[in-house]
Amino acid sequence: MSNLDAIDFRLVAACQAGLPLTPRPYHAIAERLGLTPDEVMARMNAMLENGVIRRIGMVPNHYALGYTANGMTVWDVADARVDELGERIGRLPFVSHCYRRPRNPPLWPYNLFAMVHAKNRAQARAYADEIAAVLADACRQSDILYSSRMLKKTGLRLVD
Amino acid sequence: MSRIRKQRAAQSASTDPRAMPDRVAGLRAPAQEPVLDEIDRRLINAFQGGFPICERPFQVAAETLGLDEETLIARIDALLKAGVLTRFGPLFNADRMGGVNVLAAMSLPPAKFENIVEFVNLQPEIAHNYQREHALNLWFVGAAETPEKVEATFAYIESVSGFPIYRFPKEREFFVELKLEA
Repeated sequence: MSNLDAIDFRLVAACQAGLPLTPRPYHAIAERLGLTPDEVMARMNAMLENGVIRRIGMVPNHYALGYTANGMTVWDVADARVDELGERIGRLPFVSHCYRRPRNPPLWPYNLFAMVHAKNRAQARAYADEIAAVLADACRQSDILYSSRMLKKTGLRLVD
Repeated sequence: MSRIRKQRAAQSASTDPRAMPDRVAGLRAPAQEPVLDEIDRRLINAFQGGFPICERPFQVAAETLGLDEETLIARIDALLKAGVLTRFGPLFNADRMGGVNVLAAMSLPPAKFENIVEFVNLQPEIAHNYQREHALNLWFVGAAETPEKVEATFAYIESVSGFPIYRFPKEREFFVELKLEA
């Protein structure tokens, strides 16, 4: 159940590698796709509004900006409270992604995931401490998994 | 001190997915943090979202920072080439496009790690892939148009590698917005 029609998909495919770095980037895309610039811009605006496009701009490489302590903090939170607490953790200013996911015991007892990005592990741990303070006694155990290497980052793949 | 500002933002950066089933040398942490000047930092802090949709968006964006269009385009080009930016453009939300993303993990012995990673990365359905410090030492995202297609890819990786994949599909999203301060 996609919100997109065939032209939207062509537009998304044309933008996947990024916007052309020319003074009139939407015009350049329009020309490539045989559309009018107005139609390209109207469709881009519509996709921004309905959330198909989250945002338009620069996507920095964490490591290049010095964010070397990228920690996936994971928490074993009482089922009855995880949704309420997940909302609160998601609102903490330093949490970039926050999800409830299934446990997989015994190897994986955690059901709440919150990503934090810091320039060193002391800072990441300080963020985790703030999360722990919010979860308080609803949390039974936790861990921080640091990424030691980014092995692939291709992002979305489209229906061709 | 660095922090992350909340703003409408993104989960996945993307380059051309068909470009190469890559080993992503360029995505390793740079040996040294690149030197960014004050203008670069202002650009990165100002334009992780909100880039305009209009005839001359670079000109409009440049004016808000007291720059000219040509300078802004050249700066973005240089930041992309230096690897400071992985991408410049729209960030798409797979869920809203009718696609599926599933987080998954494997526990691989060090001796087999590199070979299996290479095989995993060859699968076009595998988007992000990170090595993490845990018994579950490989974490990746399977992305496709349908859950069945993601599952087929995971099953294929399991059968070829001989190691199980632990699936962590999201049950609920509380928050997704990333903005890094330069």
